[in-house]
Amino acid sequence: MKILCFVEPGDELSQQALGLAQALGDVRAVTVDGAYQPAAWAKAIAAEPADAIVAAGSDRGNELLAHVAAITGQPFAANVTAVDGDVVTRVRWGGSLLEEARLHGSPKILTVAPHTQPAVAAVAADVLTAPDDGSPKVIERIEESGGGVSLRDAKVVVSGGRGVGSAEGFSIIEELAGLLGGAVGCSRVVTSAGWRPHTDQVGQTGTKISADLYVACGISGATQHIAGCKGAKTILAINDDPEAPILTHADYAVIGNLHEIVPAISAELRKVKG
Amino acid sequence: MRILVCVKRVPITGGRIVLTDDEQAIQSRHLGFTISPHEECAVEEAVRIVEAGGGETVVLTLGPAEAEEQLRDCMAVGADRGILLKTDGADRDAQSTAAAIVDAVREEEPFDLILFGNESADAGGYQVGIRVAHALGLPVVTGLKKIEPADGRVRVERDVGGARDVYDVPMPAVLTVLEGLNLPRYPSVPGRLRAKSKPLSVNEPAPPAQGLEKLRLVLPPGQGKQAEVLGEGPAAAPKVVELMQRLGVA
Repeated sequence: MKILCFVEPGDELSQQALGLAQALGDVRAVTVDGAYQPAAWAKAIAAEPADAIVAAGSDRGNELLAHVAAITGQPFAANVTAVDGDVVTRVRWGGSLLEEARLHGSPKILTVAPHTQPAVAAVAADVLTAPDDGSPKVIERIEESGGGVSLRDAKVVVSGGRGVGSAEGFSIIEELAGLLGGAVGCSRVVTSAGWRPHTDQVGQTGTKISADLYVACGISGATQHIAGCKGAKTILAINDDPEAPILTHADYAVIGNLHEIVPAISAELRKVKG
Repeated sequence: MRILVCVKRVPITGGRIVLTDDEQAIQSRHLGFTISPHEECAVEEAVRIVEAGGGETVVLTLGPAEAEEQLRDCMAVGADRGILLKTDGADRDAQSTAAAIVDAVREEEPFDLILFGNESADAGGYQVGIRVAHALGLPVVTGLKKIEPADGRVRVERDVGGARDVYDVPMPAVLTVLEGLNLPRYPSVPGRLRAKSKPLSVNEPAPPAQGLEKLRLVLPPGQGKQAEVLGEGPAAAPKVVELMQRLGVA
């Protein structure tokens, strides 16, 4: 099998995709030069001979291979975790559910679900050129002023859910996050209520975190939320309901009123740190 | 402006997913239904654009007869009419979904914008909008958190981890959006009443062969874990701090 693997230089997810690609056959890594222009880049990728085309299940990887699939008229399986002949296992519901599916057609087009494969060493990639075909391309990049710790990269995320009760209630969450040098997160209920901006949302349709510690305060643990926090190494739930679903995903729990427990933890931290 | 918004009926899964005995679907007997979160923002955005500049918002779904409920929900928050592409309820893959949408769009007067969620909450295929755009020969930009139409063009922005990429494309165009684009309104009681009498057209596209053929659904490993309870109430604080020190974060 000749496998064409799209990679982005220095991208960890690309190296994970490469790992799965190498298990499928002889890999030729390719990348594309110049300003990002998805449809034009996809045209360049689709023009290369291959039995299968693989990329990372990143924003860009999923977008590019969807274009390749549309151009070639082939099926496309996004966020695959395993391949067995024609049958792929892929992620649904942000990872709360898996699907086994037969991927028909040729070339086989698939992306690799993030953090489901070990990364392998980067290989030299052939650089393809994508002539400007007039399709949409990036005309400007606006850098955002980096205020505080980013949710995606934070070592500690302290997050609040419905149980926090109000926008003002988040002051104790902010205090604890600040003491730990971490970021503040929240559940979808909280952003829908307008208590916090959507940029704070941890979840399937928010940010997917990879913190060392995730502290979930007053969060019941809907699948939508778990999809965003399951990448954390350790999850501590603070909840007044010992039967909340979050406790079946958390490593540790404290049962009780978060409005008493969270300030107590902050006070204890101050005491220990002197 | 004439705007089409494509949405998908999905179950509200809550805290725990249970599969049907045939492993083909989520057991939804006791669940409510909604549309994917990204699509709620797509509907809201279309309604706001039309409120500001006039025109029409049409909402389309491919799904079972029951998906009329989701179209009415969208009409309750301001969509003007609905198109139901009725199926027997079995899943259709992204390719056949896109083909059915393309056929339906060709039956209509041209739209200035066709909006999708970036990916559906359930299948997460990341491709229907892109396929529709290619089939119709329209430009497409995905994953958007800002949409500003003006003078036959649309300026859009996409988050790319700490920065925003800007695109400027001519209309008609296909755009896929992300939650956070706006804060969708709740339906009002008069809105719900009006939605009942808004026009709904129904078509039944034939089920084609599936290129990505679902065999079965599987729950991922690691179900049924149980957290170790460190304690109850504020008295547990010292144990929590010990844990934080052990993890090297405090």
